[in-house]
Formats: sequence, C-alpha cells, structure tokens
Amino acid sequence: MARRLINCVVNGDETDFLCEDGDSLLDSLRNEVGLTGVKEGCGTGDCGACSVLLNGRVTCSCLVFSPEADGATITTVEGLADGDHLHPLQECFLEGAALQCGICTPGFLVAAKALLDANPNPTESEVRYGLAGNLCRCTGYDKIVRAVLEAAAQMREANV
Amino acid sequence: MRYFAPTTVEEAVGLLAEAPGRKVFAGATDVIPQMRAGRPEPDGLVDLKHIDRLVGVRKTATGWVIGAATPTSQLTGNAELSAEFPGLCEGAGLIGSDQVQNRSSLGGNLCNASPAADSVPAMVVNAMRAVIASGGGTRTVAVQDVPTGPGRTTLAPGEFVIEFELDSAPANTGDAYLRLIPRTEMDIAVVGAAARITLDASGTVTAAALALGAVAPTVVRVADAESALVGKAIDDDVLAAVAAAASAACNPIDDKRGTITYRRHVAGVLAKRAVTIAAERARNRASGTPSTNGGSH
Amino acid sequence: MTIADDPATTLPGYKWVGTRPIRPDGFDKVTGRARFGADLTLAGMLEGAVLRSPHAHARIVSIDTTKALALPGVKAIVTGADFPEPAGNPTDQDMCRNAMAREKVLYEGHVVAAVAATSKRIARKALDAIEVQYEVLPHVMTVDEAMAPGAVLLHDGMITKGMDPAPTEPSNVASRVVYQRGELDKGFADADVIVERTFTTKPVHQGYIEPHAAVADTTPDGRSTVWCSSQGHFAMRAYSAKVLGWDPSRLKVIPAEIGGGFGGKTTIYLEPLAVRLSQKAGRPVRMVMDRDEVFMATGPASASKVTIKMGANKAGEITAAELWMAYEAGAYPGSAIGAGSMTALAPYNIPHFIIEGFDVVVNKPRVYSYRAPGAPQSAFAVESVVDELAHKLGIDPIDFRLQNAVEEGMQAPYGPKYQKIGFKETLEAIKHHPHYSAPLGPNQGRGVAAGFWFNAGMNSSAVVHINEDGNATVVTGSPDIGGSRASMALMAAEELGIDYNRVRPVVADTEQVGFNDVTGGSRVTLATGAAVVDACRKVIADLRARAAKTWDVPVEQVEWVDGQAQHVDGSQPPLSLAAIAKGWARTGGPISAAATLNARGVGAGFSTQLVDVEVDPETGHTSVVRYTTAQDAGRAIHPSYVEGQLQGGVVQGIGWALNEEYIYNADGKMDNPSFLDYRIPVASDLPMIDAVIVEVPNPGHPYGVRGVGEVGIVPPLAAVANAVAAATHRRFTDLPLSPPRVLDGILNGTEES
Ligand SMILES: Cc1cc2nc3c(=O)[nH]c(=O)nc-3n(C[C@H](O)[C@H](O)[C@H](O)COP(=O)(O)OP(=O)(O)OC[C@H]3O[C@@H](n4cnc5c(N)ncnc54)[C@H](O)[C@@H]3O)c2cc1C
Ligand code: FES
Ligand code: FES
Repeated sequence: MARRLINCVVNGDETDFLCEDGDSLLDSLRNEVGLTGVKEGCGTGDCGACSVLLNGRVTCSCLVFSPEADGATITTVEGLADGDHLHPLQECFLEGAALQCGICTPGFLVAAKALLDANPNPTESEVRYGLAGNLCRCTGYDKIVRAVLEAAAQMREANV
Repeated sequence: MRYFAPTTVEEAVGLLAEAPGRKVFAGATDVIPQMRAGRPEPDGLVDLKHIDRLVGVRKTATGWVIGAATPTSQLTGNAELSAEFPGLCEGAGLIGSDQVQNRSSLGGNLCNASPAADSVPAMVVNAMRAVIASGGGTRTVAVQDVPTGPGRTTLAPGEFVIEFELDSAPANTGDAYLRLIPRTEMDIAVVGAAARITLDASGTVTAAALALGAVAPTVVRVADAESALVGKAIDDDVLAAVAAAASAACNPIDDKRGTITYRRHVAGVLAKRAVTIAAERARNRASGTPSTNGGSH
Repeated sequence: MTIADDPATTLPGYKWVGTRPIRPDGFDKVTGRARFGADLTLAGMLEGAVLRSPHAHARIVSIDTTKALALPGVKAIVTGADFPEPAGNPTDQDMCRNAMAREKVLYEGHVVAAVAATSKRIARKALDAIEVQYEVLPHVMTVDEAMAPGAVLLHDGMITKGMDPAPTEPSNVASRVVYQRGELDKGFADADVIVERTFTTKPVHQGYIEPHAAVADTTPDGRSTVWCSSQGHFAMRAYSAKVLGWDPSRLKVIPAEIGGGFGGKTTIYLEPLAVRLSQKAGRPVRMVMDRDEVFMATGPASASKVTIKMGANKAGEITAAELWMAYEAGAYPGSAIGAGSMTALAPYNIPHFIIEGFDVVVNKPRVYSYRAPGAPQSAFAVESVVDELAHKLGIDPIDFRLQNAVEEGMQAPYGPKYQKIGFKETLEAIKHHPHYSAPLGPNQGRGVAAGFWFNAGMNSSAVVHINEDGNATVVTGSPDIGGSRASMALMAAEELGIDYNRVRPVVADTEQVGFNDVTGGSRVTLATGAAVVDACRKVIADLRARAAKTWDVPVEQVEWVDGQAQHVDGSQPPLSLAAIAKGWARTGGPISAAATLNARGVGAGFSTQLVDVEVDPETGHTSVVRYTTAQDAGRAIHPSYVEGQLQGGVVQGIGWALNEEYIYNADGKMDNPSFLDYRIPVASDLPMIDAVIVEVPNPGHPYGVRGVGEVGIVPPLAAVANAVAAATHRRFTDLPLSPPRVLDGILNGTEES
C-alpha cells in the first residue's frame, strides 16, 4: 500500500514522515523521525513509556495512529530541554536520583510536565494519581514523586 | 488498513457504506490494543474526532449533549457538568490513566461493549440516550439498550453514535459511581456500581436508580434495590436490602479478575456505598454545598 | 554540575565516597539520548519476529516455511534445523533447547521459528504463514501435579539428582537438596510452642519496563556483532556462542543501555536468533519482544510450595525447624531451590533443623533469576511462622528475632561461619524507628519481617586510563543498571584524589575490556568496584614512580595525597596528577593500569522491614499505608542509589505480596500477559518508602561495601502478610493477597487472637 506523507511540528520543528495507515505514532517517531527517546514498554497503553504531548495533551503515542498526527504539534522528551538548559523536571530527576535504569524516565518527564502545566501545586497524592499511567519497576516511585514535587516548587518560585 | 478522517456525519456515513469492513473509532484505546492482541485489522478505520458535532460537551436548555468522541478528560474537566453529575464524571474519569483520558470516549466505552466499562453504569442511572447515525438519518435509544453482550451491540453495520443526551438533574438529586479494582488505578473493574438518588425535603427517596457493571454480560439495572429505596429514608435496613438485591441481581463469571462469589459479595458492598454517597450528594445539593468527589473504589 | 551536599552522609575521612553527585549517564537519560536495546538502527536492517508455541506441551511433527518464505519482503527464516545439536553440559543443552525448540515444545511461548523481513508487519504476516503441525500432549502446571505419581513427564530420561539411592524411574523432579543440623526430634521435644503450615506463591515476573531487544550484524567472514541490553554482555556472548556452536570470540557483544533486569536479563533469548537470521539474510536484523512475549516466554521467578514446622520454647528460643520446599523450575531444571533452601533459616541460629528442597519441572516458561533468587519464597514461609510463634509466646516480634538472630562467628545453616554482619543492627534500627510505635488507625495492621541474601563476588575486570588533561577514564564491563557508573566514578575519584567530574566511567564491549560476570547478585559495586580500586592503586603506584623519577628520589619518598605526588619531607613542590599526565612522554609514556579479580570477601546482607496496611473488611482490598526498611549496606558509596535499590526491592516485594501472579487457564495458557492484568504496583498504590541505611562495613572490601541490590525484596512478602494478619486476625498462607483471597479469609477463615 502507498505510504502516506504526514506533516507535523515535532519539538518545535516542521517535520514530515512517511507511514502506513496502521502504524502507531510511537513507531513513526522512533523509526521515521529518529526520536528514540520515546520508549515502548508495552505498546498497549499500560506503561506510559511512550508518552508524548499531542497538541499539548499527554497521550500514549502507542495508542495513536500515525495519520492522526497530520497537522499536529508533538512534544517528546527530546523537546523538553531548552538547548543545553534542562527543564526543571529534568534537573530535579538528576539531582534527586529519580531514575535507575532510565527506561521509564522519558515518559515520566513528559507526563509530569503535563501534570504540572495543569496543576502547578499538586499534592503528593495528586502526583501519584496523575502519574499512575507511568510504570517504573526500579525506583518504587519514591524519588520520582519527590522530584516532581521539588520541580513544582522550583517552577512556582521561578514564576513569582 | 486505510485511515479516513471525515469532517461531517454524512461523509462518515458514506465512508462506512462504501465498504463493509470499515469501522469507526475515537480514541483507539480499545481498538489498538485489540489489534495488537491479534484481532484482525479492519480494512478501514474512520476517525470520528474531526467531526465537530462528535467532540465537545454542550449545555442545552434541558440538559447536556456530549459528543460521542469527546475525550473523557473533557468531562472531568468541565466543572459545571462535574458538579451536576459527579458520578457520571467519576465513571468516565476512571477510564485508564491521564494519557488514556485524553483519548478515551463515551462512544468507544459504550460500543466496545465490555461488561466492565466504567462509564456505562453511570450513563444508565442517569437515563442517558444515544443519538445514532443510521442510514440517512438518526435514531435515539436508551444507552442501556446499546450493548447486548461482551463485544456486541444493537448497532447495525454502518451505524455509529453521534452524541449522548442527558437531561438536567431534578433538584435534590445526586449520583455516584464506585468500582473495585485490586490496584488504585490502571485496572479493569472487577465490579462497578452506579447509583442515582432523588430525595424530597424530608430525606425520603423519591427516585432511585442502581446499575452494576462487570457482574453480567451487560450492565444490570437492580430494580429490586430501586423499589427498596423509593419511599423510604435511607437507613441501615434499607442499605442491607439494597446490598442483598444487588448481590442477587448479579450473573457473574469466574475469570482472571475475580470469582463469582467475590463479585456477588462486592456488588452488594459497592451498591450500598454508592447509594450512600449519591444520597449524601442529593442532600448537599439541596443545601447548596458543592458535591465532593468519591474515591476509586 | 552541582553536588547535592548532604553532610549527614558524607563520611569522615572520605571526600567522595558517601556523597550524592549526579550520575555520569544522567544527562543522556533525562534527554532521551541514551541508547537502549531497541534504539539502534543500521543501514539495511531487517526486523525479526518469533513464532511461539500456542501449546503448553506438544510434539513438533513438522514445520513448513515454504509459504512464509515466498512472501515478498521475507528474507530469512530459522527453525531448530538451523542450529547445531545442543552440546555441552545438561544445563547448556537445556539453554539451547529453550532458545529454540527441537522435538517438543514445553510451554506456551516456546520458540518454534523466527523470521527476518523488511518490516515488522511483514515479519508478523510471515509467522502466520509458517505451518506447524503439533501433536498436543497433556500438561502439568504445578508442583503438586508434576510430583504426583503417574504424572506426564516433560523430559523422558530425567532421574532426580541428590537422592540416595538414586531412583530408577524418571520423574519431573530434577533434583533434591538437603541442609541439616542437630537432631530434629530433640529440637521439637524442647519446644513449648510449635507452628506448622504450608505456604504457596505463584510465578511472578521481574517486570522490567524494557522488553528484550537485540540487533545482530553477521558478516560473511563468519563474525557477528550484537547490540543488546543485558545484565552482562560477556555472558550473552558465551551463551549465544553455545547455541550457535561458535567460539565466543567470533561474537562481539556491545552493551546497550539496559531498561531494568532484576536478574531476568542474565540469559539469552533473542540474541542467537538474530545472529543466525542475519547470517542467513546477509543483513543486520533487529529483534524486539512484545510485552506479551516477555511475560510468556522469559523466565519468571518460581512458584513455590513450602511446608514448615517450627518450634520455640517459652524463653523465646527457636529450638527446631523442618522445611519441605518445592519450587517450580518451569520447562527445564534450574529453579533457585538451592538458594531458597540455603537462605530460608539464614537469619536465625537454630540448633536443630532440616531443609529439604526439590526442583520440579512444569509446562511453564523456564524460570530465571529474580532479585535474591529463591529467597523471598522461603522467607515468606519462615517469617510468617516466626511472627506467629512470637505472637503465641507473647513476645514482641522484633525482640523474638533479636533473641534468635545470627551474629559474627555463628555458623550459617548452609555451612560457613558469618563474618561481620549487621542483622541485629537492622532489627534495632526498626525497633527504634518512630514508625514502630506510631498509632494505627481502624482496620490497620502492622507487620515485621527480616531477610538474608549472600551477595555475590565473582569475576570482574577494570582498566583505568589517565588522559593527557589529567582526567581519568574508568573502563569496566559491567552494565550500569541502576547507577553503578556513579559508584565506580566515586571510588576512582576517592582513590586518585581528583574531582568526581574528572572521572569518566565507561561500560566497554567484549573486545575492549577483560571478562566480567553479569551484573547480578548485587556484585558490581563490590567486585567491579574492587577491580576499579585495584586498578587505581596500580595507577597511583605508577604516578609515584614517575614523580620519583622526575625528582630523582627513591619512590618510597613519594606519597600520593589529594591527587598529587608529595615528597615526604616537602622538599619538592607537589606534582599534580594533571602535571604528571602532561609530562608523561618524558616519564615512560601514557599512564594506565588494568586489574582483574575473582572477588572474595563478599559481605552478607540483611534487611528488616516494617509495614502498616489497611484492609477494607468488606472487600478485602489491602492498601499499604506506611513502609520502613532498614538494610545493612556495609558502606553506601552513593546513598541516593542505595536508597533507590532498597525502595525498588521493597516495592517489587509489595507487588509480589498483593497482586502479582501468572494466571493460567485450563489449557496451560497464560491469561494475563499484559501490564493491565499482571498488576505491578503503580505510584498511587504506594506511600513513600522510608529507607534506613545501616552501615556495618564489610571487612572484605576496600570501602566496606556489601551488595545492596537484592535482599530488599526478601522480607516484604511476609511483612505484608503479617500486617494483613494483624489487621484481619486471620493468617494468610497463599500469595498473592488479592482482594478476593483476603475477603475469603475474612469471611471463611478462622479468627485468631
Ligand atoms: C491502559 C488502558 C486502561 C484502560 N482502563 C479502562 C478502565 O479503567 N475502564 C474502562 O471502562 N475502560 C478502560 N480502558 C478501555 C478504553 O480506554 C475505554 O473503553 C474507552 O472508553 C474506549 O474509548 P475509545 O474512544 O478509545 O474507543 P475506540 O478504541 O476508539 O473504540 C472502541 C470500540 O467502540 C467503537 N466505537 C468508538 N466510537 C464509536 C461511536 N461513536 N459509535 C459506535 N461505535 C464506536 C469502535 O469501533 C470500537 O469497536 C482502558 C484502556 C487502556 C488502553
Ligand atoms: S508503550 Fe505505550 S503505554 Fe506502554
Ligand atoms: S528507572 Fe527503571 S523503570 Fe523506572
């Protein structure tokens, strides 16, 4: 079958890629756009490792058909830092040792960004429920939750 | 497989009529995992999200209209809807994670026809109606009449749900939805229970609806519980009768998520808890206190 | 980069060890740059897919690949016929058959064939087109079924090892182990209270988030380069070579970043398939498992059945213990029954005991290591019964354990004498933690349990290079699975006396550094760390010699202090490492040193854990509301990553206790091979995990390190079960404590005081 050309904005850049209609956005981002920071842990929406912002909303890219991305704006973990300047969440994950193996980290960072964009001052419980769609098997979540709360505090401070 | 993105209901109807192997989708949160698990790919998937009428939560003179492809995060994100129908928003809001919420729809949840679908019991107790695109026109049916068993609905080939109609709640009315899952999130209901209660000024129940999920091939209305409630003030005896009626109304199976015995028992427990919360909300609505959100189980 | 200064954990006398700097690979991992197993793309690369058995037990009658090969885009297919007859010892032969089935398939998911095609979609289509004829055989799924007389046999000629006399008939029991001491009858005669119960656990998976992945590029000269995420690329090389019938040196294995392993990535699955497919197709091949394949076809931890009888006297001394244990091995022998038996009673000094263990094959995937392999299952039984004895005797459960706890000089149940250990210190840490005396709410209960793990040493190599700018490169062959690069850099910085940020740790491939055993057994900081320390000390000896040469003094007069050479009497201006590096051409050329070792001096690890749960009495739903763990780390090189290991182990144990299990249907097929239905804990299921690091230095390591990765998963099963028992006044002996099981116990179980 003929492949379809998709035009979208990925991490601020006009991007196009070819896909078959049944491809997932996750596969296209990884294999066609080369953004392998977007991870596959399950391919069925259960782990959150593939999280991206699709038109500003956090989504599992494994649950999106690639043609749906036509005209969309997409942010992946690769687009969180501003050049060499890390996003506060990235800083806090590093400082707080919130990653062990790091496979879940891209998805957590993207989901946590969406969480803090919507709720700059979450409680611990809100962070835990808000990130329940992201599985981490290494950390027991303790340091991840702390890093997100710390980043939220830093971002609030920077905004006053 | 081909992907289509029609922008009008008519165009979608035409695309579906063109080839019998085509299927509609909204969030794809059921469709993609099912394909991945080996279900055959349809020849074509018709994306409903580009049709304006299918996306959005609109207040009307008599109630609400919810586009069938609206991401459920727009229901929980709508403060007015959440205040009037907290139970409906709880049910819709329990579907998957935040990631899933930004995609999952009421249309998909209903038409995927899983007995465990979390939004359906609350749609049923709120007497919601599905407006269905059918041939050249539309037909409207009660939500309860759409699913007929796991994966099966009364929709004819080529039909799809355009939107859901929801009448404004009468005064002193509250709804609630609770489910039992082993974790706290990211799980499929072992049992779900939705209740809607209307009280009069003295606290007597004037109308009651109770529906259970995941305990039978389709959602179950518990008529015996409803009649045990109407005309009474809610007390422990009434709640015990509600629980007993709910357990009796179950027709569950043993599966990886729960046993028959367990489901029966917990259906009773959740039924009485959901009724209690709904009644509490009905009282608070009368006194003007904003309703509170319930937990996940 | 900044260092998170935490004076509380900066150790006296150390500048770097015990601090919490940012890990060297951190930037890559928070920006998406880090390359994991599935992230590599090569020019012309094909995608692979695996055909797996749909049956739990069947004979392969025929395989016809003609139609599949004819599909456009299909470039190669391999089956058992493409691999040499399994050779080597029985374990090696089993590994070969597990990697690719021959005569029989022994579990659902067993590999039958593999395809390489121009896309994953085509490869999957080709799988459907391969025609396999099976003769389906009856299956056995549990140790009870497998050990029953007349049971269907998985392996025709399997005679139980470790029996005297050896049985004459084959069975599904691969081996028997026995550990004993004293006279059991006497021990039970001395007891005032005896508890006897049978405990069971289900298979559980390591649940790493990264599915297995491998890329192979085999060249016409008969060599192959493999990129894969594993816990040890040297092991991947050796095992793949066995399956292929090659000399290991024909393979070069390049470690990708690894997305979790917990023991499960210490063996091969895809690697030899990718190599052979690439050889046949003449192009690179990438293979990545789907999540359901990970569940169905990679090694979970054993299901177990443990019957235990334990007695204690009124004075609070455990007098005797008798354990009968059977662990499911899956399709081939090799459960952790040995370690399970050896660890079972290791925390306690018991005069009379016998532990008898059986390794039993069943029609499930071959089990593999999972964090302290074998120990959680037996500890679940022992720690539950210890708890019950304490209650029956009216003794505080921690005091009871303290009274019976092993200490330095006592003999372990499995033979050797304990060196310096910190078990009692972890018990004391919990006893004096505010959590232990905090009030409980309604429907809440509190549980305590302890655990032991040996920790491993084994083989490691390291090379330290000094660069021309005075920075150091530390090369090891131990994949970094949770921050070990940081530990290596910290120890090297400490030794060399230079800034942590001037040390660059590298995990090198199989051709760039000497042999390293797998990252497992909690051994990397200990053994690879010791190799790094050795190599640094050799470098320092060289640096001193070069300073001596420069100053024209005997080397004995040169000391290495704070990263510089100093003359003992201060008669020379100090020479910094950077200065010596700069002038290396005049003093003997570039500076580097290698060290290899087979680490001895491992330090046993103990953990004591405390948990509060709340049980919904009407639904049986259990929530963990507070958790504290105290573990002896020997010395925490990077405390944050030590805490992370403690917390991660606890949470895996909570999952094992509450909801994780393989569910099989009547056909012997797994019913829940997804993260939606195989329920690992999510963030909202948990409280913070308070990690108390106890430091009783291990005298066998230059910095006192003990392994920390594993023992944390040993106590939670019993700790949670003990807490649920306290909350419900019912004993639970079967895991997981899922809501239906707990409710059943509440409604139908016997109430206890
Ligand atoms: C990780 C994860 C967690 C989940 N958790 C839950 C949960 O907790 N509770 C729960 O109930 N569900 C859960 N689900 C299932 C799923 O998300 C819901 O059923 C969701 O509401 C489906 O909506 P959708 O728009 O994504 O459906 P789609 O996948 O787009 O469609 C589902 C089915 O409905 C049909 N359909 C869709 N829209 C229409 C329409 N307008 N008219 C007619 N037919 C239509 C499609 O043809 C398809 O057969 C989960 C799924 C995932 C991946
Ligand atoms: S890969 Fe998309 S949720 Fe797991
Ligand atoms: S750090 Fe390994 S899964 Fe989260």
